[in-house]
Amino acid sequence: MNENLQAAVDAIQAEFGASLQTFRGEHTLILAREQIAAAAQALRDRFQFEMLVDVTAVDYWPQEEPRFHVIYQFNSVSHHGLLRVRVPLSAAEPKVPTLEGVYPGANWYEREVWDMFGIQFEGHSDLRRIIMPYDWVGHPLRKDYPLGYEEVQFTFNFDDISLRKPHPKE
Amino acid sequence: MTEIREVSVDELRHLVSDRARSGETMLLNMGPQHPSTHGVLRLLLELDGETVVSCIPDIGFLHTGVEKNMESKNYQQAEVMTDRLDYLNPIGNNLVYSLAVEKLLDLDVPERAQVIRVILAELTRINSHLVWVGTSALDLGAMSLFLYAMRERELILDIFEMCAGQRMMTTYVRPGGLWRDVPVEFEAAVRDFLALMPARLDEYERLLNNNPLFLERTSQIGIISKEDCLRYAATGPVLRAAGMAYDLRKARPYSGYETYDFDIPTETAGDVRARYLVRMAEMRQSLRIIQQGMDRLPYGPVRSNNRKYVPPPRSEIGVSMEALIHHFKLWTEGFSAPQGSVYATIESPRGELGVFLESDGGPKPYRVHFRTPTFPNLQIMPLLSRGHFVADVVAIIGSIDIVLGDADR
Repeated sequence: MNENLQAAVDAIQAEFGASLQTFRGEHTLILAREQIAAAAQALRDRFQFEMLVDVTAVDYWPQEEPRFHVIYQFNSVSHHGLLRVRVPLSAAEPKVPTLEGVYPGANWYEREVWDMFGIQFEGHSDLRRIIMPYDWVGHPLRKDYPLGYEEVQFTFNFDDISLRKPHPKE
Repeated sequence: MTEIREVSVDELRHLVSDRARSGETMLLNMGPQHPSTHGVLRLLLELDGETVVSCIPDIGFLHTGVEKNMESKNYQQAEVMTDRLDYLNPIGNNLVYSLAVEKLLDLDVPERAQVIRVILAELTRINSHLVWVGTSALDLGAMSLFLYAMRERELILDIFEMCAGQRMMTTYVRPGGLWRDVPVEFEAAVRDFLALMPARLDEYERLLNNNPLFLERTSQIGIISKEDCLRYAATGPVLRAAGMAYDLRKARPYSGYETYDFDIPTETAGDVRARYLVRMAEMRQSLRIIQQGMDRLPYGPVRSNNRKYVPPPRSEIGVSMEALIHHFKLWTEGFSAPQGSVYATIESPRGELGVFLESDGGPKPYRVHFRTPTFPNLQIMPLLSRGHFVADVVAIIGSIDIVLGDADR
């Protein structure tokens, strides 16, 4: 861990009550969702984490509490430091404040997480689906969303399966 | 039958100016079938006459659900899908996925495999940049360059074919090393390519660098500052053309890049021309790296000896019971990775390519996420195109080098 990263980790732990996990030399801070906007502001302004390189999520269904982790990757270009922040969210209330105000680049990433996981970003300026079609139902990367397989059609059941199989829109 | 719902201007009101609602400015759809959008990108342009007032990119037409699919495959099977993401950078995608799995498993890679990985990754970078220079010059009307660039690209694809048996979907770099060793013809083919390429690059530059039409179409078009690049997490040649020497091969070296001698080309203008110059210079640096790799290419194994994760060589299976058991276990149920999550990155031809991999301890990845460079780079399209002509939008799309398979995943 280089000095800047160490200082950032210590400060975020002390000020925002985060806990630290280290695996294979990578450092992950676990933060409550109320703290994420202020912590991101501190990381950018005080510790030169200029880039928010990635926002994604993991679904731990059927576990309810927490069901989701939103994962942020902060990159410090000037100090070559990479820091991961996880925000656990419950199944009942999958909401987290947006980071768009701190990092404008979070806009599309948060739209993607909304699209794929149905996690809402409070205060987001443009929370539309980005990858799936506008009228899509459901959030595909949730673990309770089926992957979908096609049934094999034989001569004796060809018509039955044809009737119940989803067809592309005319 | 559900009805197809189209998005109305009302839903996009916050993205267009008030003048669009009164009909003073025009909304124009560009794509998804427009040839200059390099695949299936759709841009909704708000135009005041010929000038772009706002630009709303719409992506997702090439979404293939790779991340969801990988969750139902084991680690070896999932790798095959990585080729299909950024189809101009197959080796890079294999490499970043393998690096993530190796980090998760704490697996060592033999020296020879590391060097071959670097050589092939740099060949892929040249391959991708050749397609880029050909197509983006074609968009601006320089037809002949496209043919020249494709001619040279064919040589690289031949090298991939002799290594992997495949020209584009290689799946050659595997967790723990490579699929197999390179064939004996590899060295001669790469050395021939190294001897040929500098003169060919000179030829391209003679065609474009001082071409008045090309200068007119690229200078002072689509300018972005270093600060904006950082705020929007735009990486790769876009960031370097804006004046920041940031390259993950130097910042967070992988596969032994710290031992190679090369420079990071930068420009300060941040316009389309600067991005062109950076990519042309990068190809020359890649040639330097390949040259060093070929000179040091050591002999030895190309796969890790850790049989719990890496399959044994075919020759051992006939004589060793242990090898047969390992082979059987690896190809039926796969290996179980320890619980945890890792993030591995490489410098792809387009910027930072990262893989976030989470394992729950089973033989299948619990979650794979690709942090692809095209996705954030496309997000700056509205910034780049504002105030320019429609024809310049074509030049700008070309200059950020989009691959929609990379953005939509």
